[in-house]
Amino acid sequence: MLIVVGTIPDPTVPVLDALVEVAGNALTVGGRALPPDRGTPALLAAAAMTCDFLGENPPHALLVGDEGLGNGSRALYRHLAEVLPSRRCTVLAFHYLQPDVDGHNRVLMAAQAMAGPPALVADAGFMYAAKMSGYAGEYALFTPDAGELAFLADEAAPHPFYTRGFILQDEDRVPELIQRAYAHDNAARCLLVKGRVDRIADRTGILAEVSAPSVEAMEAMGGTGDTVTGMACALMASGLSAHKAAHVAAQANRYAGEAARPTPASQIGELVPHIPQALARAMGEIL
Amino acid sequence: MALTNLFKRKASGPSAQARADRGLLVFEHTSEVIRAEKILKASGREIRVMGPPPEIQRGCDLVVEFPLMEKLDILRTLDEAGIPPMESVPVTGPLLDPVDLFQVKDFGNHLMVRAANMKLTVEKKTRTIVNVSGGGCPDVPYIAARLIGRTLDEAPAPREIGHTLCGYALELAFEEMRRLCSS
Repeated sequence: MLIVVGTIPDPTVPVLDALVEVAGNALTVGGRALPPDRGTPALLAAAAMTCDFLGENPPHALLVGDEGLGNGSRALYRHLAEVLPSRRCTVLAFHYLQPDVDGHNRVLMAAQAMAGPPALVADAGFMYAAKMSGYAGEYALFTPDAGELAFLADEAAPHPFYTRGFILQDEDRVPELIQRAYAHDNAARCLLVKGRVDRIADRTGILAEVSAPSVEAMEAMGGTGDTVTGMACALMASGLSAHKAAHVAAQANRYAGEAARPTPASQIGELVPHIPQALARAMGEIL
Repeated sequence: MALTNLFKRKASGPSAQARADRGLLVFEHTSEVIRAEKILKASGREIRVMGPPPEIQRGCDLVVEFPLMEKLDILRTLDEAGIPPMESVPVTGPLLDPVDLFQVKDFGNHLMVRAANMKLTVEKKTRTIVNVSGGGCPDVPYIAARLIGRTLDEAPAPREIGHTLCGYALELAFEEMRRLCSS
């Protein structure tokens, strides 16, 4: 089973701790409708579609409203530290949360006290906190883009906003930056680096690359990284290794993007319905 | 077992990482530090006053340590109070500069500007913001929902409605886009 932790941009929403329900394009958590237009709802929609395609149980969501002041994130950090040790899942994924090193460390300890313990995945703000904490190696998968990889590779940077100028966000330097992130122990055991070429890597080097089909407009679309992470998490929860799950998810995201025929003005909700067919094609080719 | 390692590392005392999400506000005069401390504490923020590291001993002899992720919101609060700091820097890298490199991609009908981890895309003909992408702080979806569908002139600046470093990076992309679209 997959548990997804994240935020939604409405500060009035309290901590939600419930199964995800999907009917058509509508996503509901704890009776609250969440448009899968970007951020954690987009990740959840992709994960739920993948679970359904695989015949697995839907993901469980732990969400809170936070518009960036961090109040919701802090409440969710406290809730997680309290409830995680008594929960069970195979994959625990963290997404948009206010990066907070102390809060991260408490949550990590609670996660590692879970039965199993589950494989941990971090993306977005929680990946920033995981890197800053010095415990990146406790995670099974990070899913950075090129700018976030530069942040992981820069041992001094506290946030991608401060990544040093000498570490340029140049996709041609991705292999070098992956090596540098591992050299400073600032990477998860597996990395899915999203970009013009998606690269799946571990400490030994690059394991797989996905570069086609190339759907240029997806670079501008908000949420394409969220859908690929959502698919990867659900595939891991079904039993695939992190690197196989990341490989299939990266390929399926491109197929779904191709089928949606997007422009740079397209929204991520247009890609989500194409996920089942895209997964079938990618799994047939890779597994 | 990973948990054992975690306890061992935590038991070894505060590491550099323990303060990696903190920043320092540098002011010209000690009186401004005292006013800033009072204002920020009254608003419930976790801050403390301390001596500056050697690298930034160029203002007064006290600095305010603050949650770095909330930089945009804190700077706005201090601006409104009339005591903007001379400088704000990360604790673990006080000599680090914010990103100042932009990547621009022309899609034909659309233009995309990237600053650090944030991307902003505009339809060139109408100057309408059509997409916001990237980032990891929770104000990104909040800002995106308020920008998408509005023109560069109608949309609120990310600095006015954002709170975090991702919001700050998006503000840079927004300003660069306005500059490119006005030339």
